[in-house]
Amino acid sequence: MARLTFVGGVHPHDGKELSKAKRIKDYVPTGDMVYPLSQHIGAPAESIVSKGDRVLVGQLIAKAGGFVSAPVYSAVSGTVKAIEPRRVVTGEEKMSIVIENDGLFEEIEYPQIPDYDSLSREDKIKIIADAGIIGMGGAGFPTAVKLQPKEPDKIDYIIINCAECEPYLTSDYRKMLEEPEKLIGGLKVSLSLFDNARGILAVEDNKPDCIELLKKLTKDEDKITVKALKTKYPQGSERHLIYATTGRAINSKMLPADAGCIVNNVDTVIAIYNAVIEGRPLLYRIVTVTGDAISDPCNFRVRIGTNYAELVDAAGGFKKTPEKIISGGPMMGFAMFDLNVPITKASSALLCLTKDEVSKNEPTPCINCGRCVEACPGRVVPKLLAELADRHDEENFVKLNGLECCECGCCSYACPAKRPLTQSIKSMRKVALSHKKK
Amino acid sequence: MDERLNVSSNPHVRSKASTQSIMLTVVIALLPAFGFGVFNFGIKALITVIICVATCVLTELVFELLMKKKVTVSDFSAVVTGLLLGLNLPAGAPWWIGIIGGVFAILVVKMLFGGLGQNFMNPALGARCFLVISYTSIMTNFDCDAYSGATPLAVLKDGGSVDIMNMITGRINGTIGETSMIAIVLGACLLIMAGIIDLRIPGSYIVTFALFVCIFGGRGFDPAFLSAQLSGGGLMLGAFFMATDYVTRPVTKKGQYIYGIFLGIMTGIFRLFGPSAEGVSYAIILGNLLVPLIEKFTYPKAFGMGGEHI
Repeated sequence: MARLTFVGGVHPHDGKELSKAKRIKDYVPTGDMVYPLSQHIGAPAESIVSKGDRVLVGQLIAKAGGFVSAPVYSAVSGTVKAIEPRRVVTGEEKMSIVIENDGLFEEIEYPQIPDYDSLSREDKIKIIADAGIIGMGGAGFPTAVKLQPKEPDKIDYIIINCAECEPYLTSDYRKMLEEPEKLIGGLKVSLSLFDNARGILAVEDNKPDCIELLKKLTKDEDKITVKALKTKYPQGSERHLIYATTGRAINSKMLPADAGCIVNNVDTVIAIYNAVIEGRPLLYRIVTVTGDAISDPCNFRVRIGTNYAELVDAAGGFKKTPEKIISGGPMMGFAMFDLNVPITKASSALLCLTKDEVSKNEPTPCINCGRCVEACPGRVVPKLLAELADRHDEENFVKLNGLECCECGCCSYACPAKRPLTQSIKSMRKVALSHKKK
Repeated sequence: MDERLNVSSNPHVRSKASTQSIMLTVVIALLPAFGFGVFNFGIKALITVIICVATCVLTELVFELLMKKKVTVSDFSAVVTGLLLGLNLPAGAPWWIGIIGGVFAILVVKMLFGGLGQNFMNPALGARCFLVISYTSIMTNFDCDAYSGATPLAVLKDGGSVDIMNMITGRINGTIGETSMIAIVLGACLLIMAGIIDLRIPGSYIVTFALFVCIFGGRGFDPAFLSAQLSGGGLMLGAFFMATDYVTRPVTKKGQYIYGIFLGIMTGIFRLFGPSAEGVSYAIILGNLLVPLIEKFTYPKAFGMGGEHI
């Protein structure tokens, strides 16, 4: 039975009012574009251009490097300036194709769109794979791989993650309001791949306008339902979304397909629509530029590869000096020390805050209050796992379900002693997972 | 970008609750019981409690200064310990009892085990038990300006009868803070509304104890006897303010019920079958010792492993 929520979770300050009412604006990049070859989970893409080549908008510049991989397209016209390691939001350097943008935005001639009704299941999946679509909510798992589970007949639900539970983010919200037809169209394409699947649009109930609009538009679709979920972070976490909408619970070792579900993010579904119905590869994504340091918070349609620093200028620059800049939301985003990194397929927001609540609060001893236990949606005991992690006790960490943590950040958020629980657990998980793979 | 940006691991926001705000709320929640104690026993009670609080704070401060550790008295945890200790002393206790108790609570029970969060036993209760054992006659002598003679529970134990109304309002003899059920429950409501405690431990503790009294009390379901047992002898103060002490109670939900049930049974045994009329303090510190064991056996099931609905 669906409960429309889950046990645990937190209610951080939502901050969405800053950019919620702002219509999506097209941003036209002026500077160099950077395309990391690895914007997704899986094998990096392989560059098929070389320095000095001229490329056009929509041109393939790197092909998929394996089954679990995704190709990369140029979103501008210009010249390949370099293929070299460039810094990405996580702070690492990744091999990237750098394109000098000539500002002309000359497009390639897209091939004729095949008649939708004549497409087979395999054709559609191939189009989605070739378009370079990945999970655009942040995880970046190649969508075409997700759409090819071992037993397609056992898929009962395709759930569209319209929760947008991260504070401050409004990109999914704007898309639902401005392009609902594409969202529903993309869902129908996905549903056509599975004989027994029904579609669920799962929206948090803090977006009543989206719920109403989507309900209106799907009232004649008997395979699609709109579900209003209780607003709580991390409602958009894949496993918790499946639980809230279907009542099925999977652990970290299982895939959504094991529960008969496939979960896709709003932007991903719209990308599926653009690829299959309009014949366009993945070139754009919506990015919310917001925070109390930004003059004019906005939702931009951004060409993938655009430099983050350009977006700050496009949003009117800083009105106050930011102390912390985050790619993504405040709960799971990456803190950036440099704005000079590219927007990738999985970048959802740029959040500029004048106050850093983390450095302001010195960690103090754990008083065993249990708030982390109450908040943990993974139903583990974060304070104990963090203790074990700090002692490098990997064996007990794994035994006490340390690997079940989804790194959502609720424990650190809730901790009155301001202990960096998530950080400790994340580091230990990385080590434990790498040992497991061996 | 010339400005230095802060970088840290996610999440980048924190809730407003802090150790200090929690401890301060507990202090406020103890004020009704404290205020009633002063009203009930007079100025002597006020002085005793102030001595306890001052001793606790000073002991922590001096220890940290001598050991060159970070001074943490501003987190108010020593104030909470001092208040609880004071409320657990008889109003007529000599001034030095509070000092010995305060030093023992903070120095021996808390600081020597590593300070805040590391003690395995509630400091105030540890000190109270230490005092009861070391200065039995002082700690069990409740004669003071306002009252003389035995506490209601002792009267009950000897087969006497007590005025239930007085027991509920608190116009009875006992330790400074334990007498008024109304004042204690008022403070407890504040803690529950502030989300600092929940009813898992106090609820299972009180219900278990009530059942135990009904079954083994020898009077069956006798409302008068039962309400006297519930409102007397520090049960309410213990259940809401000391059994719920974060550091020394199990952190797992299931463990908290087990802990509460254990406390209820132990308090019942001590009160009905033991030589003393009271048993809350001993039950709780005994429970404190079992916490690691309870936590070990009640570790929750994870999401997707059967624990998603609890």
